[in-house]
Formats: sequence, C-alpha cells, structure tokens
Amino acid sequence: MRVVVVGAGPAGMAAARTAADAGAEVVMVDSEPDAGGQYLRGRAKFSHPGVTHLKNTEAWMVEGDVLHLRGPAVLRFDALVVATGAYDRPLPFPGWDGPGVITAGAAQALAKQGITLAGRVIVSGTGPFLLPVATALQDLGATLVGVYEASSPARWLREARAVAANRHKIGELAGYRKVLPRLETRTAVIGKHGDRVTVAKLDSQWRPVSHRTEHADLVCVGYGFLPRTDLLPSASRTDDFLDVDEHQRTSVEHVYAAGEVTGIGGADLAEAEGVVAGAAAAGHKPPANALEAVRRGRLFAGALARAHAVQPGWKSWPHQDTTVCRCEKVRLEDLSDATSMRELKLTSRVALGRCQGRICARNAAELTGVPFDGQRRVIAIPIPLGELADLPEEKS
Amino acid sequence: MNPDVVVMGAGIIGAACAQALRARGLGVVVVDRRGPASGTSAAGEGNVLVSDKEPGPELDLALASRALWPELAEDAEWEEKGGLVVATAPGAVVPLQAFAAAQRTAGVDACEISAADALAHEPHLNPEITAAVHYLQDAQLNPVKATRTLLRGIEVRRAEVSTADGRSVTTTDGVISCGAVVNATGPWARTFGVNVLPRRGVVLVTTPIPGTIRHKVYDADYVGAVASGDADLQTSGVVESTQAGTVLIGSSRQRKGFDETIESKVLKALALRAIAMFPMLASVPVMRAYGGFRPYAPDHLPIIGEDPRTPGLWHATGHEGAGVGLAPATGRLLADLLTGGTPLVDPHPFRVDRPEVMV
Repeated sequence: MRVVVVGAGPAGMAAARTAADAGAEVVMVDSEPDAGGQYLRGRAKFSHPGVTHLKNTEAWMVEGDVLHLRGPAVLRFDALVVATGAYDRPLPFPGWDGPGVITAGAAQALAKQGITLAGRVIVSGTGPFLLPVATALQDLGATLVGVYEASSPARWLREARAVAANRHKIGELAGYRKVLPRLETRTAVIGKHGDRVTVAKLDSQWRPVSHRTEHADLVCVGYGFLPRTDLLPSASRTDDFLDVDEHQRTSVEHVYAAGEVTGIGGADLAEAEGVVAGAAAAGHKPPANALEAVRRGRLFAGALARAHAVQPGWKSWPHQDTTVCRCEKVRLEDLSDATSMRELKLTSRVALGRCQGRICARNAAELTGVPFDGQRRVIAIPIPLGELADLPEEKS
Repeated sequence: MNPDVVVMGAGIIGAACAQALRARGLGVVVVDRRGPASGTSAAGEGNVLVSDKEPGPELDLALASRALWPELAEDAEWEEKGGLVVATAPGAVVPLQAFAAAQRTAGVDACEISAADALAHEPHLNPEITAAVHYLQDAQLNPVKATRTLLRGIEVRRAEVSTADGRSVTTTDGVISCGAVVNATGPWARTFGVNVLPRRGVVLVTTPIPGTIRHKVYDADYVGAVASGDADLQTSGVVESTQAGTVLIGSSRQRKGFDETIESKVLKALALRAIAMFPMLASVPVMRAYGGFRPYAPDHLPIIGEDPRTPGLWHATGHEGAGVGLAPATGRLLADLLTGGTPLVDPHPFRVDRPEVMV
C-alpha cells in the first residue's frame, strides 16, 4: 500500500504521518527545501521513519495511478493526498503592478527569511491573516502605517455559532496586540503612486466613500486565497475549492485532498483534515477526534468565508488604464465583452501569460461578468519541452 | 419576428454561414449553448492552409476560402506567414516533391527550396532536413476574433438545442420557427443526423520566444496523418508561433469519443516530433496544453448541403481540423445553395447523401 502526499504544510505533514502510522508506505513530495509549507516555513521539523520526504520536487500531473514529477520521474500510488494549499489573491488598483506592492503572503515569506525592513509599510486586504503579516513586518523593524481590513467587523456578529465553537481563535488575537491599534476596518488601499498611497473608507459593498493620502514604501495586499488545484483539473469543485466528502475523498478515484485546497480555515483545520485524509488513504477509519476537529473547524471556515467575502465594490478601484494581467500587460479597457472565459482570454490575452491566470483570471472574470470556470491547467508548472520528450514510455 | 434561418452553432463555420446568409438579405439567428467560438474553433491554431490538401474538392474549397479570408479577417490578427513543409527522412523527399508538383497544377503556390534556403527562412530548423517546400498562401488568424468579426450585427442566443427539423428549432429558451435550419455544430453534429465523429487533438503552448519561429512549419508526414482514419494515436510535428510570441506545438489525432483527458504519451510524442524539427525547443518551457475535438467525417470531406430526408435542414460540418481555413467558402457555398444562386464551387462532393455520412 503506497500513499503519496503532495505538499508538506500542516495538512500534508499530518496526512503523511497518519498514513505511515497506519502502516502505509508513504512518500511526501514538496517543492520546498524544508517541510512546513507557507504557514510553518522553516519552523517545522519533520521526520518519520515511515515517510520518504522528497524535497525540492515539483509534481505536475496526475494520470491514473501515477503522479508525474519534474525530472521527469513518476510515482505510482494506491492513494494520493493533495495538500497543495492556496496562494494570495490581490485585487488590482492603480499602481498595484508597480514597485512597492507585494502580496501579504510574499511579505510573510520575506519575514520568515529574516530580511529586515526599515521603511514604512501598509497591510491592506481582508481576513485574519493580515494581523500576523503586520506583526511579522513590525518585528522586522518596519514602521507600520496601518492595517486596513476592507470588511466590517459587524459581519462576525452574525457568526456566533462558529465563534463559540472555536473560542481558541479569539485567544490568538492577543498575539497580535501590538498591531491592533493600527487596525482600521472598512478601509483599503485603492491607489499607489511612488510613496503616495490612496487610502479609502469603504461602504459595505467596498465602494469608496472618502479617501485620504498616506505615505508608505511598501504595501502588502491580500484579499483571501485561491486554492492550488492544478493537479486535479477535472475534480469537482465549489467556488474553485476542491469538493471532499467526510473522509476527504475528492471526486477523482483514490485521490484525497486536505488543507486550504479544500477551503480556508487555518492551520489547525488543515492539520485535522490531513489526519482524516491520511487515515482514509491508508484504508483506516479516521480518528473520531480528528473528524470532530474538522467539523468544528469547517464551521469557522464557513464563517470566515462569509465575513471576509470579497465584495463587488472593488471593481470601481481600477481605472480604465489599470493593469489587470501583469504577465500579458492587459489593462481594464482591453477586456472585451466576452461570454466565456476562453473567449475573454483569446480576445484580450488576459490570463495567457507566464502565471497562467493564477493572479488575474478570477479578477478578470469578475470585472467582465464572465462566469469563472475555475483554474483547469493540465500542466501545473512550466516544463521544458525536452523533459516532456524524456517522459517514460510505460507507467512504472 | 421569426428569422428566415436559424444557425445552430456559433463556431467559425456557423458564423461564416450566418454572415453569408445575412449578406443575401436573410434574417439570421445563431443559437449556441456556450457562446461564440467556445468549442472546436478556439481549440486549434487558427490555420488557413492550402499546403496540406491534395488536388480535389477540398483543395478547391480551401483555395476559394483563402481568397475570401483577407477581407473578412481584417480585425482578427490575419497574418500571411506562409508554410514550410520539411522532410526529415531521406525516403520522404520524393513523395513531398511529387505532392507539391500535383498541387501546383491545381493552383497552389508550392515552391521547392533547398535545405539551405529553408534554414535561411527558419534559422533554428534542424540542419538535417532533406527537402522543403515553401507554401506562400498559408496564413493564420485568431479564430475567436475572426468568429466575432463574422458575427458582427447578428443575433446570438445562448441556449441548448434539443431537436431541430427544417422549419423550427426547439431550445432550452423556447421554440424558434424559421424558414430553414443550418446544423453547424461541428463534432456534435451527429445529434442532427449526420455521421460526424470527434477526433481529439492536443496543442502545447510554450512561453513567449518572439521572432524565433516565423512560418507554420510541419513535417511532410503530417499530410498522411490527416488523411488516415485510424482511431489510434497519430502524431506529426507541427510548429508555429503566435503574434504573442508563444509557440504552438501539434499535432495529435486520436478517436476516443469526447474524453478530455490529456495523456502523457501524447505530450511525449508531440515533444519528440517538435524537437526533431527544432532542436532548440528542447530547452523552452511549455506553459500549458489544451485539447479539442475535430469534427471528423469518415470519408474526410466536409458536409455542406440540404438533408434529403428533412427538407429545410441544412448541414455545414465535418471540416475536421480545417474548419477555420474552409469557413468563408463553406458559408458562401451554403448561402448559394440555400438561395438558389450559382454555387461558388462544385457542391456535389460535399452533398449530404453520401454512404458514410447518412446515419
């Protein structure tokens, strides 16, 4: 019985450990030099006698019972756990494609590498993730101008059940007490020219109602996350997140998913999902406490998704000449009146560049009203043609 | 008000039929379940080729189409880039030159050039090639933009058609009564009574390397793969760049229904064939792969004409991988026949009443 796990964040590590404890031969594949994923980058120590950890290894396609790796190489599996996580979603505004604007996730990655920042920084976006990012930047020596949360805190008042089931999440706020005085809600950066940053107060739909100018060298933006689902282009999804059943099974036979690729709910939910997926993938009954933790965590994740849902008013932030797609330099005014994503891409070239629409496809769909058809890339990452030519003839 | 004609399918063929019918003064409505160029038309390379066709009715249609395209495609990235067909094996030289000679008698500009001249045209070409033919008429366009251009001023309704006879079309959005119906549903045309099957194709797209590859360049064995009816995987080296600088790599042919899975064996075969022609491509990253379904008629000829079993029901389908190239002449021929005009080309070879087509 061989279980292959893709991703070595909290979900992937838990899945690998649990499947190995259940007696499976486990291979954990991850593109980074160390386990931990985005969340625990460089802070996780992973070692388990039953798990082979393939570091610096990128997986790019699932074909039947085979996972294709860069090299090329293939890994045959009896069960596969996809724990590939998610990446930040930026929203376009005038200047977002210029110097001094990065995603909140990129800022956090810089912070975890211990790079020092001397300048003035702003964190702008939505969701509880903004607070650890701001804290990390402040710890690096940056002057925090503001943490701007586009949503209204009142949205959380409707989520009493989810909050009650996850009281420990409130406790986590205490860890960010240094940045809380800088937190402004219903606020967002809607423009940046040099160090002049336009900061707007928003209505409930995120339309600007007033604005002022602040000065900052760096703006970190994060409007939630988009799941990294490339390995399963045909799997069933909801709002682009992979659909899973109570055992974390996807719609693809013998393939499980765990962590943020199924929905955003924080590291503890990801870990619990990993335990469930790892046990189920190894043919065991998932432990009751993990199933209960998943149930509770999903309550919180649902509340999080509702309270911090991106509101349509953002579409008034970009101007006609604002870049929507950075790779292909497509501006808002270049987007045509298409009826499908494919038509939109081939008439404007939006989402056809090097990032393959990871950053812009969702935004372009919302700006034009074209239905977002999900991210269905057959090849997950760019691969030299010569490597495709060297693919093995037969499955091993 | 009821339209004179309902065209089912807003791909390049449906759009060309609608445009030609409208030019005759007829009222036209196009119905498509997903909108303009959402199927086969957007899944190819946008080729307008005469080089891959042997003398015969399809070449006549292709030459007629080639003459019509420049005026119709002015806003669709029309590029008269020319085609370069190369022989990579010694045994392929004589057949390639004989094929080109026959094409010349049929009106194709097919110039035999030396391997050295071929390398001057395409500096990155494998110097091992044994012969080359330069086709000046081969061109390329953006098929989605071309479809939209043809549909300008024509009503396109988004709805799925369940049944159609010659006088009405039943859609998810209600029944449309009309004088005639055109079935331009490409690989899905079988639903309306003609034997058209999907033939799978996959295209690889590289990161941009502008100016590296200038023509449509393909291996001489491509013509054999097109003409074959084999259900198993067939591949041939077809390489060209787009105006955005990306390189498109084809081509594969496979009959396996509407299965959308992309297989590693297809990726491998396409990569091997492309590198054999352009060794430098080995180090160029492939960004994505996409697939589509060609509408394939078992006797390899498009189906253009009225269905003798259902008066008022017309078909315009079965163009396999050449729909973009054949679209304007197909539309014109269909409009000629439907309005009783003088046909642009001999319509007999394309008639519906063929043993392999009527089902």
